[in-house]
Amino acid sequence: MQPLVQVDGVSKRYGKTLAVADLSFGVAKGEVLGFLGPNGAGKTTTMRVITGFMPPSEGRVLVGGLDIAEAPVEVRRRIGYLPENPPLYPEMEVTAFLEFTARLRGVPKGGIRPAVARAIERCALGEARKHIIGKLSRGYRQRVGLAQALVHEPELLVLDEPTAGLDPKQIHETRKLIRTLAGERTVVLSTHILPEVAVTCDRVVIIAGGRLRAEDTPESLVARLGAAQRGRGTWEIETEAPADAAEAALRAVPGVARVEAGPETVERTQVLQVEAAGDRAVATDLARALLEAGCPLYGLRRGGASLEDVFLALTTEEAEANGTGDAAGTPEVAEEGS
Amino acid sequence: MRNALTIARREIGAALASPVAYVLFGAFAFLYGYFFADYLQSFVEAGMRMSQMGGFSGGTLNVNTDLLRWLMASTAVLVLFLLPLLSMRTVSEEIRSGTMELLLTAPITDGQIVLGKFLAAFALYGGMLALTGLHVGVLFWFSQPEIAPVLAAYLGLLLLGAGLLALGLFFSSLTRNQIVAGLLTFGALLVLWLVEFAGARGGELGRVLAYLSVTGHMEGFARGVITTRDLVFYLSFAAFWLFLARESVRSRRWRG
Ligand SMILES: Nc1ncnc2c1ncn2[C@@H]1O[C@H](COP(=O)(O)OP(=O)(O)OP(=O)(O)O)[C@@H](O)[C@H]1O
Ligand SMILES: [Mg+2]
Repeated sequence: MQPLVQVDGVSKRYGKTLAVADLSFGVAKGEVLGFLGPNGAGKTTTMRVITGFMPPSEGRVLVGGLDIAEAPVEVRRRIGYLPENPPLYPEMEVTAFLEFTARLRGVPKGGIRPAVARAIERCALGEARKHIIGKLSRGYRQRVGLAQALVHEPELLVLDEPTAGLDPKQIHETRKLIRTLAGERTVVLSTHILPEVAVTCDRVVIIAGGRLRAEDTPESLVARLGAAQRGRGTWEIETEAPADAAEAALRAVPGVARVEAGPETVERTQVLQVEAAGDRAVATDLARALLEAGCPLYGLRRGGASLEDVFLALTTEEAEANGTGDAAGTPEVAEEGS
Repeated sequence: MRNALTIARREIGAALASPVAYVLFGAFAFLYGYFFADYLQSFVEAGMRMSQMGGFSGGTLNVNTDLLRWLMASTAVLVLFLLPLLSMRTVSEEIRSGTMELLLTAPITDGQIVLGKFLAAFALYGGMLALTGLHVGVLFWFSQPEIAPVLAAYLGLLLLGAGLLALGLFFSSLTRNQIVAGLLTFGALLVLWLVEFAGARGGELGRVLAYLSVTGHMEGFARGVITTRDLVFYLSFAAFWLFLARESVRSRRWRG
């Protein structure tokens, strides 16, 4: 199927800084694409290019088959954009502001009121409808920002860190909202929050240093890293705090490469992360060593590779990235070391 | 046009919600009132002196040529110094607050953004000039000036204002700091005002400089004389700066 968004060899330079380097990926219609990367990776820059805010230094972006450079107004009509800092006029009322943005995005005159009402309802802004934007809390401003991106029912939503500054309940609501939009609309969102990707996104693009590091579904990224770590399993062992004796006992078990103590929990227990060679039989050895040392065993489970591990493996310094990246056999881990 | 009007409407609303517009209107009303009172007093005194001489000098005083003309010319200078305050925040404020990102990703052209901003500032300026209608109305109440020269003078003031606002809009689009934008505009206008005096020294260069004088082209209008030369000057002056403002907004996209 023809993707809705096609990013084609896009590079972006700010003076001498190369913020995005030869980035290519597609976004299918109805998909939620997560854009993941550490600070300064180039996420915001890429989104600004996709939304037609700034032209790329090289390459091009197609939205619905149209080149942004050739039909900027037509392309921008189809896009709703929530920038990193919600662009709001502090002196306006929420409703007036949303009416303004609806008009600006070309919603026909009669459709403005219903469109605004819908956006207010979707973003749970009912209470703040008549408030002055400048006096709203950070979270409410973020919601107004989201509402202005939705108000004209765009085909493509580009959301730069949509849950930043929201409380846990609103984060949950926003993710739910994004999920309900999926299917009929296409969403590109950026985030640092890894669980967010797993929960809301169909596909992940990981970038670091302006370059594409991986592109896949959250599940298979995790699976790939998990495979890389087979035969070198991690185990999580919960025991009584302080766990110095337990740590020493576990270190003595043959095959154990590393033991790391987690923080003490409120129940005065501690989780030890153990990295050990060998198959699952090693778990028995670990348990036995612990009990023989006279330490209580409250829990023992296999630690899988989390999205966090994938993320760190793909975005941290080259030396490390090469280690796990190569072992994971990730074909899309391109551009490394170049 | 709808897009430009959408932007203009919001812009006017924002201006009326901020104290800047009222301070500006107040300052203008005060200074204009001062000029008015001053000119009126001189006019009345001159009239009394003349009647004492019993028409010996053979001249008569005319409200149009001996009062309104000078009043309008002075208004032009007043406008020159006050309009940077009206134009300085237009684009700068959007850049500073990040709302420029909203405008630049909306399905509108850079030209429509600039035009909307310009129309808003021009409408506010129109409101400011309307305040002077009160004073001029008083003159019409107590005497019978000709109306045509007065209208010509107002046309001149509107054109002058359009030019100044376009220039101010351009400088506002250069920086996120509205104070800097205001100072740049002010500096540029000062230069364009002073060339009038430099131009008075004559010569080929003097003629060119005199042509560039923004207030110089007001003289004809103030006297009630509309010439193509002055019309073309103001219209092309405004168009030139609006064009530069649009290019400046466009180049801002590259810099991010
Ligand atoms: N307007 C600008 N002028 C100059 N350099 C810029 C500009 N905007 C971004 N950069 C640089 O480009 C690089 C990428 O920045 P970008 O904002 O795209 O990162 P990001 O992935 O969005 O980061 P974050 O997670 O912190 O939001 C950074 O090195 C940044 O310093
Ligand atoms: Mg960012």
